[in-house]
Amino acid sequence: MSNNASSVVGPSGRTGPPAVNLARKSRPAESAIRVVLTSSAFVSVAVTVGIIAALIRPVLDFFGEVPFGDFFSTEGQFAVLPLVAGTLMVTVIALLVSVPLGLGAAMYLSEYASRRARKFLKPTVELLAGIPSVVYGFFALTFVTPTVLQDLLGVQVNFTNALSAGLVLGVMVIPTIASLSEDALSAVPHSLRQGSLAMGANRMQTTLRVVFPAALSGIAAAIVLGMSRAIGETMIVALAAGAQKNLSVDPREGMQTMTGFIAQTAGGENPVGSTSYNTLFAVGMLLFVITLLVNVVSIALVRRFRQVY
Amino acid sequence: MSIATTTAREVTQSLATGRSKEHGPAALIFLGLLWFSMFFGVVVLLVLIIDTIIEGSSRFDGALLTEYGSRVSPETTGFRAGILGSAWLMVFTALFAVPLGIAAALYLEEFANRDRWWNRLIELNLQNLAAVPSIVYGLLAVAVMALLGFDNSGTVLGGAIALALLILPVIIITTREAVRAVPREIRDGSLALGATVWQTTWRQTLPSAIPGIATGTILGLSRAIGEAAPLVVVGLAGSVRFDPEGLLSSITALPMQIFSLTSQSQEDFQTAASAAIVVLLVMILGLNGLAIFIRNKFQRTW
Amino acid sequence: MPANAAYANSRTPAGHVPDPLVDAHDGESRGLPDMPPDPVMEAFGLNVYYGDFHAVHDVNLSFGRHEITALIGPSGCGKSTVLRCLNRMNDLVTGARVEGEVTYHGQNMYARNVDPIAVRTHIGMVFQKPNPFPKSIYDNIAYGPKVTGMKVENMDDLVEGALRGAALWDEVKDKLKQSAYGLSGGQQQRLCIARTIATKPDVILMDEPCSALDPIATARVEDLMHELRSDYTIIIVTHNMQQAARVSDRTAFFTARADETTGNRTGLLVEFDRTSQMFSAPRDKRTEDYISGRFG
Repeated sequence: MSNNASSVVGPSGRTGPPAVNLARKSRPAESAIRVVLTSSAFVSVAVTVGIIAALIRPVLDFFGEVPFGDFFSTEGQFAVLPLVAGTLMVTVIALLVSVPLGLGAAMYLSEYASRRARKFLKPTVELLAGIPSVVYGFFALTFVTPTVLQDLLGVQVNFTNALSAGLVLGVMVIPTIASLSEDALSAVPHSLRQGSLAMGANRMQTTLRVVFPAALSGIAAAIVLGMSRAIGETMIVALAAGAQKNLSVDPREGMQTMTGFIAQTAGGENPVGSTSYNTLFAVGMLLFVITLLVNVVSIALVRRFRQVY
Repeated sequence: MSIATTTAREVTQSLATGRSKEHGPAALIFLGLLWFSMFFGVVVLLVLIIDTIIEGSSRFDGALLTEYGSRVSPETTGFRAGILGSAWLMVFTALFAVPLGIAAALYLEEFANRDRWWNRLIELNLQNLAAVPSIVYGLLAVAVMALLGFDNSGTVLGGAIALALLILPVIIITTREAVRAVPREIRDGSLALGATVWQTTWRQTLPSAIPGIATGTILGLSRAIGEAAPLVVVGLAGSVRFDPEGLLSSITALPMQIFSLTSQSQEDFQTAASAAIVVLLVMILGLNGLAIFIRNKFQRTW
Repeated sequence: MPANAAYANSRTPAGHVPDPLVDAHDGESRGLPDMPPDPVMEAFGLNVYYGDFHAVHDVNLSFGRHEITALIGPSGCGKSTVLRCLNRMNDLVTGARVEGEVTYHGQNMYARNVDPIAVRTHIGMVFQKPNPFPKSIYDNIAYGPKVTGMKVENMDDLVEGALRGAALWDEVKDKLKQSAYGLSGGQQQRLCIARTIATKPDVILMDEPCSALDPIATARVEDLMHELRSDYTIIIVTHNMQQAARVSDRTAFFTARADETTGNRTGLLVEFDRTSQMFSAPRDKRTEDYISGRFG
């Protein structure tokens, strides 16, 4: 066969190579599009740079007039520590709600629910994250505080209080923690579960002692990201947590958070450029830096959990 | 359901005791707790929706949609300005964020060399931006408006800039997922015919990814439409008594109107706010429904 | 034709030192292998790396005009990698690096001023899994000529010609506007071949084109390859030795050598000869072991 094949090569084949032009062509449209796409991608970097640039001038102006010590102080017009404490209080309450409930939901979805149930249940849980925070805030103010806390549970709370805001914020953060934790739990190889079940452990023991520890870094990332959400959430706390700086450890009292302060100050009548207006940016900068640090931790944790599997 | 799904694993259980380990008291309590976690949020959501509907039910009337907000007649106050404002904001948010987001996503998926440090920087930065508090985007928009030379940032433009920057990471991330779902073989087939990378992207990858991109974009917009925090910071008013007329017209938005009504103590205003929340939730539900419809109807499974 | 004519004509890149492992068979004095008299493409000292991983070691090959050359060998021997070097598809893999020369009509296609896109318009490729575009049958064929800016007088004629060339016309002529995804696997693969010949290439590379097809569809594609040989130069990667024996004029046998320290497997060319020669009297022990089924 192959002997015959060689005869296919006709004389035309040996008259020398036909002219083939392989030279690089310039494609101006292609290059232009490349530039447009690349610049678009760099816009996202410009946004981060822009955030820092937008904050830095008013922040410098602010610290030109207000000493550092007056800002990082517990008392006074420009004191930020009561706001940080308020944020911390609300965040802790929110995490107390969302971490157990989010993890429980994640474990149910990943370890117990059938494939069909999961397909239906996961979007339902995620719906919680789709409700606007102003709606949650209104709900905290008009339903959770008067009806649930005061009437139903008999807790003596102020009209605005950290407890109500924290609880509702916790509900809002559940899907963040549930969804990411579920990913982490589902990524644990089946062989681990089967090994445990084969040794006579039941599903609860397998979930808690084998799957949960194996997914720990992913779950930690989920919790940290939930924390970042809670710290940065504005409308719930602006409506339900209170508009007064209050350095207190009693969650039944109203207390202002960093985000609540920014919303109040920006919505107020402070003239642009005034020191009280610039406080807004100083608090905003602090908020940005705190959430940035939290996010970096979360991204690092996600990366670690991706590396494991 | 738990009983049905455990049968496969009962092989491993002790037969001698005659009692299933999966139904010991601890295991049952644990399962009960998981059920509670699973459905707590859903119950809260139901209570929220039912409570809001009951509260607002007396105001489900035409005036709610057609009237401007009014301080003097709380029983007929309306959300015309907020609804129109939100609609304008959505249109311009989409116009700003969607092309930019798609372009950035196409660069990252189809053109970028992942070994280069600047491309890794973009990735890292996107992950971070997705978790930056929404209120910070308001501060950024104020600065951008000042840079553009506008004194008043409580306008369609200011609000749309804030919301567009807010949902940009969402759009980039979902577009990348949609683009990534288009199989490598399709690209290879096109490139092997002598198509350029851009021709391949434009004629093959992008058309196949459009349902996914549309779904992601709509979900991003449904997040933007409910946002109030960045709008408070850019200085959108709580009450505006005229329709938006252009990019630089001062406006309000539906969530802003709801926010400002909560500080009014009169019962009628609370009722109106509840009714407005129902309107807002219907808008969001509609967008989500549209996204799900597009996904189910047009999404190709490879 | 003298058996070593091609060796005498072939150009060896300066600095290329024969590798004792690769060229081991030269020592066995059964005469030099018969090289293609009129090569369209040649590879000289081709090395491929993915990052630090040395995927293919020092391959020298030439591909005769209007011949079918088969690249065979066990999995992981680098045969597909070599194939993807021949139209610069490896450029698209992040971290891939190609050393050595691949000439096409005497031009080094890895030279700096060469346009990989121009290379691919001359050297088409058919893939392992049929990969029609999610478009109509007609648009699948018309896509290549459109994107490459070919001057087409009548697209309908061109589509018909390409489909006839791929022996698909009679099966699809009544449903040209229907989605290509409605075709069977074998028809899809012939559509991909039709799509490739629509751009009027010179060489067609086929990467295990029948591995996803049933025996009947495979036979049809093999028949088609025989028909195409009169117009095109075909290079096919196959894991199926019978297929190589059935369709090809010449065969190149590759194997993999594991690095002693890292365990990474580097592909290398063991033997290249007329298919009839290789399957009846292989020169290298490794080839003999492989084709007699003792290894791989």
